[in-house]
Order: sequence, then structure tokens, then C-alpha cells
Amino acid sequence: MSDAKIVVRRLGVFFGQAQSLRWVTMDVPRNRILGIIGPSGSGKTTFLRTLNRLNDLSPDTHIEGEVLLDGQDIHHPNFDVVALRKRIGMVFALPVPLPMSIFDNVVYGARLAGVKRDKWDELVERSLRAAFLWDEVKDRLHTSGMRLSGGQQQRLCLARTLAMEPEVVLLDEPCSGLDPISTAKIEEALTILKAKYTIVLVTNNTKQAARVADDTAFFLMGEMVEHGPTSQIFTVPRDKRTNDYVTGRFG
Amino acid sequence: MERHFDEELNDLKHRLTKMCALAETMIGDAIKALVQRDASALTAIQQHEAEVNRLQVEIDEMCFTMIALRQPTASDLRFILGATKTTTDLERLADQAVNISNKAERLMKQDPLKPFVIIPQMTDIARGMVRDSLHAYVNRQVEKAREVIQRDAQLNALKKEINAEMLEFMQRNPATVPYALDIVLVAHNLERIGDHAKNIAENAVFVIEGKDIRHGTENRPAA
Repeated sequence: MSDAKIVVRRLGVFFGQAQSLRWVTMDVPRNRILGIIGPSGSGKTTFLRTLNRLNDLSPDTHIEGEVLLDGQDIHHPNFDVVALRKRIGMVFALPVPLPMSIFDNVVYGARLAGVKRDKWDELVERSLRAAFLWDEVKDRLHTSGMRLSGGQQQRLCLARTLAMEPEVVLLDEPCSGLDPISTAKIEEALTILKAKYTIVLVTNNTKQAARVADDTAFFLMGEMVEHGPTSQIFTVPRDKRTNDYVTGRFG
Repeated sequence: MERHFDEELNDLKHRLTKMCALAETMIGDAIKALVQRDASALTAIQQHEAEVNRLQVEIDEMCFTMIALRQPTASDLRFILGATKTTTDLERLADQAVNISNKAERLMKQDPLKPFVIIPQMTDIARGMVRDSLHAYVNRQVEKAREVIQRDAQLNALKKEINAEMLEFMQRNPATVPYALDIVLVAHNLERIGDHAKNIAENAVFVIEGKDIRHGTENRPAA
């Protein structure tokens, strides 16, 4: 089995005439955390959304190049998009708990996917534990998910994603609205989860990428400028633009 | 984009330059006392040493605070880590100047064995290395840093020359041993000053290129 869970080759993404990603080529290694950093408009979220074909939902989208998941082209006409999104889960910047109980939030996707009721208890506990939320909510699983704090809501969303037992977890600025303690809990969860999942983390907080990512890619104006081990990107970046960004000279 | 952090880094550069200028003056004064037998050249050495020590503590505290509050990365991180090493080298080379001044105090009371030729040559090279290594460090001049490193060999060769010369005096006339030994030690102090300047120049290469070239490891990546 290749070390790369996802292989991206000359990926170009166009929205109408505008090219948002410029021929990105990189491997996303399995069971590691890939951090993606870059200023606003650099294409990092576009890249993330391309990995589970969320960009397909935008009109006038045109994609060139290849994205291979375990060697299979996810844009191939025979590739099942629903199955893809089960295999590649996503957590967004703003936590969006569904207006139902914590328990029902976690099993929502699994229930739609046909998981039997007798599996739900175990699934909820396992997912909430993996998201580092179980101890805080185990005595109130049937209260509304909307009543949790922001940090807890985000971990509930992570648990909901994990309940689908994905292979890859995409996170789009998951801590942007969270306090330092909640952020630390999410980061701690990610560090442990990578043993089982491949994680791609888009973040505007370069320090967060430095703390949790094994590898980091720097995007600028739709181009992937540099990609390498996080320790190298934050100490001896090869490209001056990367140096200027990670030292806060722009962005 | 100019950052407030850049002002702090400029302040750090300014203090390093001041510390270097003091250390270089101390070397010049100690040798002037020895060669010109001028006791007045030694009057400021103790005061300069105290100032160098104070600056070392001050700069290290600045670096510590910047690391804690700014969490620097990449070139900024390398510069700040390099600064703490540079203050150590500057403080130690200033100590070598104090050692020279202690010997100068004794030697200036006696007639020299011969006119001073090699010691002033070594002094010019050592002072130049100190000045240029720090200049390369704060102004990110990698070619100058590599050139300083090359100069260290000249200093080592001159030290060997002076050792041979003094050995000859000692063998011919044992009464010259105390004086000649002190001259050998002064040459050793100047050679050590060159070593510290070389360290600063190697640090400059690390800051500018991210390459750790200490101990001849020119091609090893830093991270």
C-alpha cells in the first residue's frame, strides 16, 4: 500500500473564467496531519473542498488534473460521490449542531446510511470519546446539542463526522471561533485521531499548523508555493514567500 | 509589511552592534597597552567589561521575551536563537581582552624581547574578524561571513610563528621565560578571539541560509 492516501496531480480548479487553483501537485500521506496555510483567497479551502467534491455543487465549476484516493480517480464518472463523502468527512469553521439531541446529532448520518439501532449506543460513545467530548456530555446525551458551548459544539460536529467512520477527515478552520482551551482540546483530539485517520487541516492560524501538523503546505494566489515537513517549513522554508508568510510579514 | 516586531529586532541588532564595538575596543586597548607600554589604555577596560556583561544579560532577556511573546518562526527564529549564541561569544572574547590586559600590565614594565610585529598583525586580523562577523550577522551578508571563517587560518599560522619565535628566546636565555610565556599566552588569547569570531560568522550563515556549518558540517540541513 502506498504511503499516500491521496495523490493530487496538476489540479486546476476554475469557477467560470477564474482559475482558483493553479496546477497543484502533492501527496497527502496516510495517518498524518497535513496543515494547509495561506492568506485569504489563496485557494486552501477550494483545495480542501475539491478533495471530497464539494466544489461540484458550485455552478460553472471546471476541474482539470487528477485527485486519486487510494489510487482511484475521484472525478471518474463511475466514482460514487456519496460513497466518497462517507470516506472523506468534513468539519467546517462554524459548528452547526442539528436542532436535536446530542445523541441524535451523532447518529444522524449513520442512521441515514442504514446503521441498525442496536449499534447506535456503541457508535455514539465511541465517536464522542474520539472527539474528546464523552466525559463532558455522557450524563446528558438526550439534551439539545444547541445548548453546548461553542467548543463542545465543534467537537460534537467532529464526533458526527467520525461516526460515519471515514478514512480521511477534512477540517476547514475548525478552531476559528474557539477559545484557547477548546482549541487545545480539538488539537489534542486530532493528534490522537491521526493514528486511525488521514487528516487535512486548513487553518489561518499558522501557529496551529506548527503545533499539530506533520506536514505543511503553503498556498498563495491559487498556487501551492511550498510543501514539506512542518519542522522545515517553520524553521528553514525554501521559498522567500513562505518565510515572509510564516514570519507574519504579510497575510 | 513593517511589523512592530521588526522594531524589536532592530533594537536587538543595535545592542549586539554596541556590545561588539565595546569588545573590539577592549581588544585594541589591551594590545595598545602592551605594544606602546601605555598604562592609560587600560583604564576603561574594567568598565567596558562590566558593560559587555550587562548587555549580554539584557540581550538574552530580550530574546527570551521575544520567543515567549512573539513565537518567532523561520528567519526570525534563527536570528533570535543566533543572537543568544552571539552574546556568549562576544562576552567570552571580551574576557580574552581582559586576560591580555592583565598580562600587558606586567609586560609593559619590562623591555620587550624584540619589536612587536606579529602581535599587532594578529590583533588587526582578530579585530577585523570580530567586526566583520557581527556585521555579516546583523546585515545578513553570507559571503562576508564565509570570508571571515577563512581568515581564522591566518591567525592560527601567526600564532604558530610566534610560538616558535618565543621558544627560541626561551631556549637561548632561560631568563626570558616569564616574558616569552606571557607573549605566547597573548597570542593564544588573540587566536581564541578569532575562534569566537568564527563562531559568530558560522551563526551568521545559519541565520541567513538555515545551514548549520559548525564542525565542518557544511551540507547538513538545519531542520
